[in-house]
Amino acid sequence: MTIEFDNNLPIYLQIMNYIKLQIVTGSLGPGDKIPSVRELASELKINPNTIQRTFQELEREGVAESRRGLGRFVTSEDEKIMSIKKEMASELLERFIGGMRELGFDSENIVKIVAESVDGGGREAGGTKRGTTA
Amino acid sequence: MEQLLEFQSVSKSYGKRTALRDVTLSIGPGRIVGLLGSNGSGKTTLMRIASGLTRPDSGTVRASGHEPGPVSKASVSFMPDKPVFESWMTVGDTLDFQRDFFADYDPGKASRMLDFMKLSRKDKASSLSKGMQERLQITLALSRRASLYLLDEPIGGVDPVSREHILNALMDFYEEDSTIVVSTHLVADMERIFDTVVMLKGGGVVLHEEVEQIRIDSGKSIDQLFKEVYAEC
Repeated sequence: MTIEFDNNLPIYLQIMNYIKLQIVTGSLGPGDKIPSVRELASELKINPNTIQRTFQELEREGVAESRRGLGRFVTSEDEKIMSIKKEMASELLERFIGGMRELGFDSENIVKIVAESVDGGGREAGGTKRGTTA
Repeated sequence: MEQLLEFQSVSKSYGKRTALRDVTLSIGPGRIVGLLGSNGSGKTTLMRIASGLTRPDSGTVRASGHEPGPVSKASVSFMPDKPVFESWMTVGDTLDFQRDFFADYDPGKASRMLDFMKLSRKDKASSLSKGMQERLQITLALSRRASLYLLDEPIGGVDPVSREHILNALMDFYEEDSTIVVSTHLVADMERIFDTVVMLKGGGVVLHEEVEQIRIDSGKSIDQLFKEVYAEC
């Protein structure tokens, strides 16, 4: 497991996002066991209390559940996994749209650029941008 | 819960120079605490008082529940910032000393750590490189099953490879429910293994806070905050 951490942001949030990403992409399947605090702390070289907090938050959100004496597991509810996916997608979108607005694109142009880019199989963004602003 | 390290209004001067100024501090079990400060901010004095090597001028100190002395030393493992071995000692000799002095010495853990650190019992301690000497020092400190570990500058002046090794050893060999206090000025390298930091400036505590809380409140890394706090030093 490798994560590029940003020391300016809470580490527990970064690990949460990383685990969620693993769940969404399927490298951690529904009902899979999650490493223990000790294992993850040692693997990521992160303070065990920070890892503990990550797990507490994941449990609070219903993403993980702990079973007495057995450890922690990824939720097996498909609905929950779908909602993580949606949540991550909306975060991506928000960032993207925010960035595009900063560049001066209005809603209509953003939709147009996205549509063109998707149709064109991901043509180079620079080319597309020039095309629409001209 | 019982506190593992308690300072109550502790002051210490060396002649006219104040090393610690009215320090009050309380650290519980199961923590890895970064004791941060620039050179001369009082880190080593605090460590030496906690470990019983130096007596404070005023104030009270409890380490692992006891006044620093023979009783506290049985459950407090201190790693000084300078090597402690004699010139004739091999790596094995230094571990044997540790075994003879401390009942909580764990031979199995010591062997695993030697392997991990790529140290050999036969090597002469004083002819090891600086990086390897630091590795030996940390091995000695962590070879005990103590309740409180006081590590004074464990990665000061070693190359990045040894640094990495020492950090990994800390994460792999710490005892659950024990507390490690690590003094350092190399904040960027170590901040991820801390859950709490204490910043000392001019002998006084200027900040005692959980690292994640600092990141949430300020949006800054501990290294960044450290640089701001010590900007005028």
